[in-house]
Amino acid sequence: MLLIPCPYCGERPEIEFSYSGQAHLVRPPRPAELSDEAWSEYLYVRDNPRGRHAERWRHLRGCGRFFNAIRDTTTDRIAVTYRMGEPPP
Amino acid sequence: MPEPVEAPRLLPPATRFILQCGKDARDAAGRGFGLALPEAACRAESAGGRAALWLGPDERLLLAPAGLEDVLAGELEAALGGLPHSLVDVSHRQAALAVAGPAARELLSHGCPLDLDDAVFPVGMCTRTVLGRAEVVLWRSRPEEYHLETGRSFASYVLGWLREAEQGG
Ligand SMILES: [Zn+2]
Repeated sequence: MLLIPCPYCGERPEIEFSYSGQAHLVRPPRPAELSDEAWSEYLYVRDNPRGRHAERWRHLRGCGRFFNAIRDTTTDRIAVTYRMGEPPP
Repeated sequence: MPEPVEAPRLLPPATRFILQCGKDARDAAGRGFGLALPEAACRAESAGGRAALWLGPDERLLLAPAGLEDVLAGELEAALGGLPHSLVDVSHRQAALAVAGPAARELLSHGCPLDLDDAVFPVGMCTRTVLGRAEVVLWRSRPEEYHLETGRSFASYVLGWLREAEQGG
């Protein structure tokens, strides 16, 4: 079983976690001033890297907290996890 | 597998609160509760029939004997004063079960993905996790006794699951 290190609880089984998509997306402060293209880019367009990917996870059946992880999409290895608000290492 | 000394069983009703707040409010609530609320992750404190379980960085589960909802709410609100917090009575949302005996850990390991070894899950450890297909709070209250909290409607499933696992299923 894949173990994921929760920044609050330590290493825990993958089954306790839920995946929540790409990390570090910043909502535009004034959406009404954006073009439709720029707004749909923010809403729908995501990176799809081969390799290192910063993503949000939630320790849903544990402490309940969201956090960020750097995962390699080719090996499924999680290199590091860090708390919300912290810069990507 | 060896038979546990006691069969898994439902525990009697209890008073339960979920407290969500910061450290200052937690310290105050601990004074009102008569038991310091745990600050370390996944740790529980218990004394005199009351227990406080760490569920998340700002979330604690408080347990006391049944029928103390009003008394406890009064004590906690008085202690908390004007400090920001959320205090919710979940007494009837959950049901508790006990799994005890020399084979208790082995029994739980049939369907709980956590490492329950002494080095990782010592007495006083508690956490929300999974058992079978149900979400549970698992608390190792004694060396050979585990206290489980689960949603009221999941209790019969969890008890049935434990009894089946006990048969080696
Ligand atoms: Zn956690």
